[in-house]
Amino acid sequence: MSPMIEIPVLTTTVEKMAQWARRSSVWPVTFGLACCAIEMMSMGASRYDLARFGAEVFRASPRQADLMIVAGRLSRKMAPALRRIYDQMPEPKWVISMGACASCGGVFDNYAIVQGVDKVVPVDVFVPGCPPRPEALLYGIISLQRKIDQQRAFEYSRG
Amino acid sequence: MDSHAIVARLETLVPGARAEAVAAIDQPTVLVGAESLIAVCTALRDQPDLGFTALVDIVGVDMMPRVPRFDVNYSLVATGIPARLRVKVQVDGETPRIPSVVGVWLAAGFLEREVWDLLGVTFDGHPDLRRLLTPDDWTGHPLRKDYPVQIDSPVAVHAPLQMTEEQFRANIQADRHVRKGDA
Repeated sequence: MSPMIEIPVLTTTVEKMAQWARRSSVWPVTFGLACCAIEMMSMGASRYDLARFGAEVFRASPRQADLMIVAGRLSRKMAPALRRIYDQMPEPKWVISMGACASCGGVFDNYAIVQGVDKVVPVDVFVPGCPPRPEALLYGIISLQRKIDQQRAFEYSRG
Repeated sequence: MDSHAIVARLETLVPGARAEAVAAIDQPTVLVGAESLIAVCTALRDQPDLGFTALVDIVGVDMMPRVPRFDVNYSLVATGIPARLRVKVQVDGETPRIPSVVGVWLAAGFLEREVWDLLGVTFDGHPDLRRLLTPDDWTGHPLRKDYPVQIDSPVAVHAPLQMTEEQFRANIQADRHVRKGDA
């Protein structure tokens, strides 16, 4: 009897593997603007534990991040700063608009607040709520991961 | 010292000053004419029995249908007494002007910039009356009652990363003048 030699091999495409790697290690940049940021921190901390879904550590530098969670109302004076931080993030990169204020201005229908961050940066996932609970933001990140799975690995021509 | 005593004291210190006591629930309040504001403020700061050495805040109020239209409130603290006082100035017009108190309390620099930015009250003699809270290229003064609150204007997303050498040196020079208070 000759022993069976098991060779541990999985077959897949390079594209699928690249996207699997990308969605399994999403690194968010800290961009808390208001009360939504408290829920965002709560999501990252031990009770809700974002690390369970492969998006663990918030980076203080946009150079080391590929996801921007815009958490809170964006004032017009802050808009150039947000755009600059987005531009400093390396490709591929994604944006989650968290909460009513970031998505559409929320209750702040006035001259000072940008009525939706999609006027400043392209948004991949909108998370509703005022503020959204950590579970809602977790669901937003899981939705983003599904989206990343379906994206092509080597085509990034985004506006 | 209540507001009537302060007014009586001011009338002896600054002859011809227009000052009157105003009813207020929280602290003594004195209404002062804009033309004698500097003299009154200097007396409030320098007299040992008054001793209002600290300017805590300047608050502008738009009382729109009323004439005169704007209130400017100066919150003062005498740390040694201790006591608080509110000095009130009323101005009117589309471009109201009152004298700056930067020469009396240096702390007025930022506070007057804020009032000018949001209400458009010009402070004559302010060394550096620029916008403070709104972006530099803003038009209008948002806290005025007739300002269109829900305007939807395009969002400026670009701010220049760098400045020229001349701008850099001009900024430093302007900053030095403000710190010395001699601009």
